Amino acid sequence: MIAVIIVLAVLLGVVVLFALFMLGTYNGLIRSRMRTREAWAGIDVQLKRRASLVPNLVETVKGYAAHEKDVLENVTRARAMLEQAGGAAQAAQADSALTSALRSLFAVAENYPQLRANENFLALQQELSDIEEKIAFARQFYNRNVMDFNTRIEVFPNVVIANIFNFAPFEFFEAEETAREDVQVSFTT
Amino acid sequence: MAEQRVLIYDRIDQNRRTTLILLGAFVLLLAGLSIAIGLVLGLPYPYAPLLIIPFLIFAIVSYYSSASIALGISGAREVGKEQEPELFRTVENLCIGAGLPMPRVYVIEDGSPNAFATGRDPEHAAIAVTRGLLQKLEPLEVEGVIAHELSHVGNYDIRVMTIVVVLVGLAALMADFLLRLTYFGAGRRPSNRGRSGGSAVAIVYAVALVAAILTPIAAQLIRFAVSRQREYLADASGALLTRHPEGLARALEKIAADPDPLEVANKATAHLYINNPLREHRSFLNNFFSTHPPIQERVRLLRAMS
Repeated sequence: MIAVIIVLAVLLGVVVLFALFMLGTYNGLIRSRMRTREAWAGIDVQLKRRASLVPNLVETVKGYAAHEKDVLENVTRARAMLEQAGGAAQAAQADSALTSALRSLFAVAENYPQLRANENFLALQQELSDIEEKIAFARQFYNRNVMDFNTRIEVFPNVVIANIFNFAPFEFFEAEETAREDVQVSFTT
Repeated sequence: MAEQRVLIYDRIDQNRRTTLILLGAFVLLLAGLSIAIGLVLGLPYPYAPLLIIPFLIFAIVSYYSSASIALGISGAREVGKEQEPELFRTVENLCIGAGLPMPRVYVIEDGSPNAFATGRDPEHAAIAVTRGLLQKLEPLEVEGVIAHELSHVGNYDIRVMTIVVVLVGLAALMADFLLRLTYFGAGRRPSNRGRSGGSAVAIVYAVALVAAILTPIAAQLIRFAVSRQREYLADASGALLTRHPEGLARALEKIAADPDPLEVANKATAHLYINNPLREHRSFLNNFFSTHPPIQERVRLLRAMS
C-alpha cells in the first residue's frame, strides 16, 4: 500500500515537473518571439519613413532635372516594391534596390549645381542617409533576435513545443551588400 | 568564460544574479554592522537591528538620486538634437542597433577625452561625454566609445554600479559611525549591568573595532572587482554593436595617451568613466586597487576580435 502511494507520488511529481518545464519553455519562446517582432517594428518604422520621403525627393529633383527619367523611375519603382513587399526577405531585397536607385539619383544630381544648392534637396539627402544608417543598425538588432529565436525553436526539447504550438522561424532581413563586415567576438577574460 | 553570448538578455540575467548576490552580501555586512552598533550603544538585542532603518533610508534616497549627483558633480550639461546633432545621431543609431530606449545625452565641457554612463535602468539612463572626446576623436572612435557606454546601459551594469556605490558609501558611513562610538563611547557605559560585563564588553568593542576597519576595505575591494570585469565585457559587446573593434581600440589609445587630466573627476566618480581619469602610477598595489583594467590589455583584446 505504502509502496503504491510512493510510486504514485513520484509519478505525480514527475508530471508536475514536466508541466512546469513545458510552461517555462513555452513562455521563453513567446518572449523571444515578441522581442523579434518588436525588433522588426524597429526596421519597419525606418522603412516607412524612408518610403514617405521618396515622393518628395522625386518631385524636387523633377523641378531641376525632369529629363533624368530613368533614374527617377527606378527610384519610384523601388519604392513601390518596398511598399508591396511581404516578409523580411522581400523587404530587404526591395530596400537594397531602393538604396542603389537613390545612390544613382544622388550621383546624377551632382551634375545639377542648382539642385545641389536647393535646401529642401539637401535636407532630404541628409535625412535619407541618416535613415539608411538607422536601417543598418535596426537590421543588425533584428537579425540577432531572429538568429536567437530560430535557434531556440530548433534545439531539443524546445523543438517539440515549437511544433505543437506552431512556432515558425522568422526570415532574416538580409540585404545583398553588407556595409560593415562581421566581427568575431570572444570573451576571454 | 569561453562562452559566446550573442544577445544582451543573457548578460542581463547574469547581472541580475550578480546584483542579488551583491545585495545579499551587503545586507549581511550591514546587518552585522548595525548589530555591532547596537551592542556598543548597549541597546537590548531585538532593537539593535532597527538601527539599520535610518541607514536604509539614506541608501534608498541615494540610489534614486545617484545619477543626477554623478552628472551634477561632473558638471555635465544635457544636450538635445539641435545642439549636438552628430553626437545625438550616433547615440540614436547605436540605440537602435542595441534595442535600447534613447538615453539622455550630456556633454562635459572639459578638454580631456572621456565618457561615462549612469542611471538605474535603460529607461533612466544618461550618457555623458567630454568636449575633448568630441574634438580629439574621429567619428568612428566616438561611435566605439558610445557603443561601450551603451553596453553598460543595456547590460544593467549601470544599475549594479549604482547599487555598489551606494552600498560602499553606506558601509563606510556605518563603519565610521561605529568607529566613533567605540572611540568616544568606551568606558562611558553605566556599569550596573553585572560584573561579568567587563570582559564581554571588551570583546564586543574589539570586534566592533575590527569590523569598523575591515568593512570599508572589503566594500572597496568588491567595488573594484565588480567594475573591472565589466569593462572587458562592455568593450566586447560594444565591438559587437559597431562591428568595428578598431574604432574603440584607437579611441582607448587616444584617451590613454592624452596628457590633459580630467578636472571634474574625483575618486567618487572615477570608476564610472571609460578609462580611469585619475592618473595613477603603475604598481602592483595600484593594479590591485585599480577601477579599470590596463588599457594595453583592452586594446589587445579588441584587436584580437577584428
